[in-house]
Amino acid sequence: MGFPEEVLEHVFSFITSHTDRNVVSLVCKSWYEIERWCRRRIFVGNCYAVSPAMMIRRFPEVRSVELKGKPHFADFNLVPDGWGGYFYPWICEMARAYPWLEEIKLKRMVVTDDNLELISKSFKNFKVLVLSSCEGFSTHGLAAIAANCRNLRELDLRESEVEDLSGHWLSHFPDSCTSLQSLNMSCLSSEVSFSALQRLIARSPNLKTLRLNRAVPLEKLSTLLRRAPQLVELGTGAYSAEIRPDVYANLTEAFSRCKEVKGLSGFWDVLPSYLPAIYSVCSRLTSLNLSYATIQSPDVTKIITQCPNLQSLSVLDYIEDTGLNALSLSCKDLRELRVFPSDPFVANANVSLTEQGLVAVSEGCSKLQSVLYFCRQMSNSALTTIAKNRPNLTCFRLCILEPRAPDYLTFEPLDVGFGAIVEHCKQLQRLSLSGLLTDRVFEYIGKWAKKLEMLSIAFAGDSDLGLHHVLSGCDSLRKLEIRDCPFGDKALLANVSKLETMRSLWMSSCSVSLGACKRLSQKMPRLNVEVIDEQGDLDSRPDNCHVEKLYIYRTVAGPRFDMPSFIRTMDQNPTYRS
Amino acid sequence: MEGGYSRVVEDVHPQLLDLIPNERNWFVKKDNNNNIEGDEKKLELRLGPPGVEDWSLSNAHKNYKSPQKAAQKRSAPAPVVGWPPVRSFRKNIASSSSKPAPAKKEKMVDSCQKGFFVKINMIGVPIGRKVDLNAYDSYEKLFVAVDQLFRGLLAAQNDTSGGRVNGNHEHDKAITGLLHGNGEYSLVYEDNEGDRMLVGDVPWHMFVSSVKRLRVIKSSEISNTCCLGSRQENIKL
Repeated sequence: MGFPEEVLEHVFSFITSHTDRNVVSLVCKSWYEIERWCRRRIFVGNCYAVSPAMMIRRFPEVRSVELKGKPHFADFNLVPDGWGGYFYPWICEMARAYPWLEEIKLKRMVVTDDNLELISKSFKNFKVLVLSSCEGFSTHGLAAIAANCRNLRELDLRESEVEDLSGHWLSHFPDSCTSLQSLNMSCLSSEVSFSALQRLIARSPNLKTLRLNRAVPLEKLSTLLRRAPQLVELGTGAYSAEIRPDVYANLTEAFSRCKEVKGLSGFWDVLPSYLPAIYSVCSRLTSLNLSYATIQSPDVTKIITQCPNLQSLSVLDYIEDTGLNALSLSCKDLRELRVFPSDPFVANANVSLTEQGLVAVSEGCSKLQSVLYFCRQMSNSALTTIAKNRPNLTCFRLCILEPRAPDYLTFEPLDVGFGAIVEHCKQLQRLSLSGLLTDRVFEYIGKWAKKLEMLSIAFAGDSDLGLHHVLSGCDSLRKLEIRDCPFGDKALLANVSKLETMRSLWMSSCSVSLGACKRLSQKMPRLNVEVIDEQGDLDSRPDNCHVEKLYIYRTVAGPRFDMPSFIRTMDQNPTYRS
Repeated sequence: MEGGYSRVVEDVHPQLLDLIPNERNWFVKKDNNNNIEGDEKKLELRLGPPGVEDWSLSNAHKNYKSPQKAAQKRSAPAPVVGWPPVRSFRKNIASSSSKPAPAKKEKMVDSCQKGFFVKINMIGVPIGRKVDLNAYDSYEKLFVAVDQLFRGLLAAQNDTSGGRVNGNHEHDKAITGLLHGNGEYSLVYEDNEGDRMLVGDVPWHMFVSSVKRLRVIKSSEISNTCCLGSRQENIKL
């Protein structure tokens, strides 16, 4: 390779995907060196896989850092409080080492107000802060960001848990701040000062994304929209108000002026009478999130049948099979469908949404790639039909609400149906299983799901053989999360080297023994085998007792030391045990 | 953990499914202990090899009723931590927002557009009319309009020579007394809940926001139904 460094650097600047850059760095020593100096964006999928110091040592000129903390099952309260995922060590080092840092994106991490203040004061050119499903901070921290980040472009708090002390934080944006392009405060509950919000929007000519919180009243939405007709993504606040013709007329007119709007969300507390106000933007919509809107099928249908360009729809199961049928006829460009349960803890079906709705969409929407579907009944024949209709599926997450529910027509397990999914959908990257499943389904998955990267399993399988099929067969597997399955030691110990090729494995309420965890840890020094046991007293437990929860991940940073007392990393070197 | 595999499952042989078809509904008998509460024992479905006792697939299919029927026998499932996998902010959607009420369709759209036309029928007149409620701001004006709409039609019905719908109606018999309810006719309306109501009780704008259609009926019809008591609940006091 006789190219001068500058040329290679220039070529590398076109290579943006993380995997590609990683591959580039492995070509030879000089490429490794050049690449590491010009890498600008870092993605760390597990914040414990590498230490901040290591990252900084290798990549000194980074502008954007993305980190993920807790395991995915933390979303469903399976990961106890105090588990970890602290941003603190990262911000301490980055504040010192990356003065030109522009972007920080965090998912499922614990971030404090001090951390936020440190961000706001350490990086002169800070532009983008995304806190996805994070926790540990309050609106005081947001005030610091607002006040000190002169060139802030994006502040996105999606689904984070924020200690909402007051809405005053928004008023901390100085009058000189005109750079805002994206603001997502939908997870906050406090009312922000409306005049401050209005002025902020009015002086942000590049504002493209605005997601309001529930507390912003509908009567005032038109005022905001009128100041931001260039919006591309809008999340409303609560979507109901006293029935007043003037409010309605203003709203309708304001929406009709928003010629660029492609995505809508929000819609808490919907009063159907106000829905027609959005009709003028429907024909341009590519994304619609009605998953908080408790409106019934006819109202939902009325909207979606006016959205021929819809690519992504999130909706409650109030849409029912009839609405999904209408969707399949109207929205031929649909790529992603997510149907959430309106009343997940009730055994009886409160709505008429069955497997038929999903079948209809799989028939009518030829571009459908990604499905998240909560329902109360499923059959092998429906799954097989879906699989044959849509071999282009890349993400299929099915949640039948009752654990271990069989095929409702034949009472058989749903092995064959899910088997059809993995067999036909050869590009499947993500799969979530539910219903009654035996080891057979895992045999199919191990055999067919060669591109599968993430698999979620609950209340399924008969024996270790099931887990073994997955670990030995799924070549692309990166993340595996399992709960309440009869998988034990044998499968794990037979596939130890597989675990180092994966990002992480979560197992809770399974049949893995403490002894097996210790042995696994001893065999695999580059894995952290963490046992979580809230009953305490791990030291006095016999080796044959089952662990409550187990989290195994590959790492070059060694065991971590920020764990609470009920989490223990299994010893890697028993000779040094005190 | 409730319902989970936290205990060691030594024998992974699936347990017996014992289905007892009972009239219209399935009952599932449990043959084993579990941590699940009493009522729930009826619900636990576990698969067993076919041919056990009288159970067979064909029987099952023949006797199978809709899942809703079986589901009706269920009590609320015992809570399992983290199941179903929904985020906490999605959990109380049905209860925290007002439940959808399909009957309550306020006529917001129509009343805010240029014209809010509702059907109006009159007893004895086979052809209905449409009236633009946005054009009026009081009951008085509405009643005048009703009179103008139907006076000619009513006369034409009574006129055996047929014909004149349009034209000069000044000499036809006026439809009066709608306002005070003491005339030959009364005006009633159907509201957004499907109920028949006497026009005039609520403020005008409230009436406009809930009216779906109008009817001109004989006043005698009201007193008849009052006597019969069948529509008692529909007449607003």
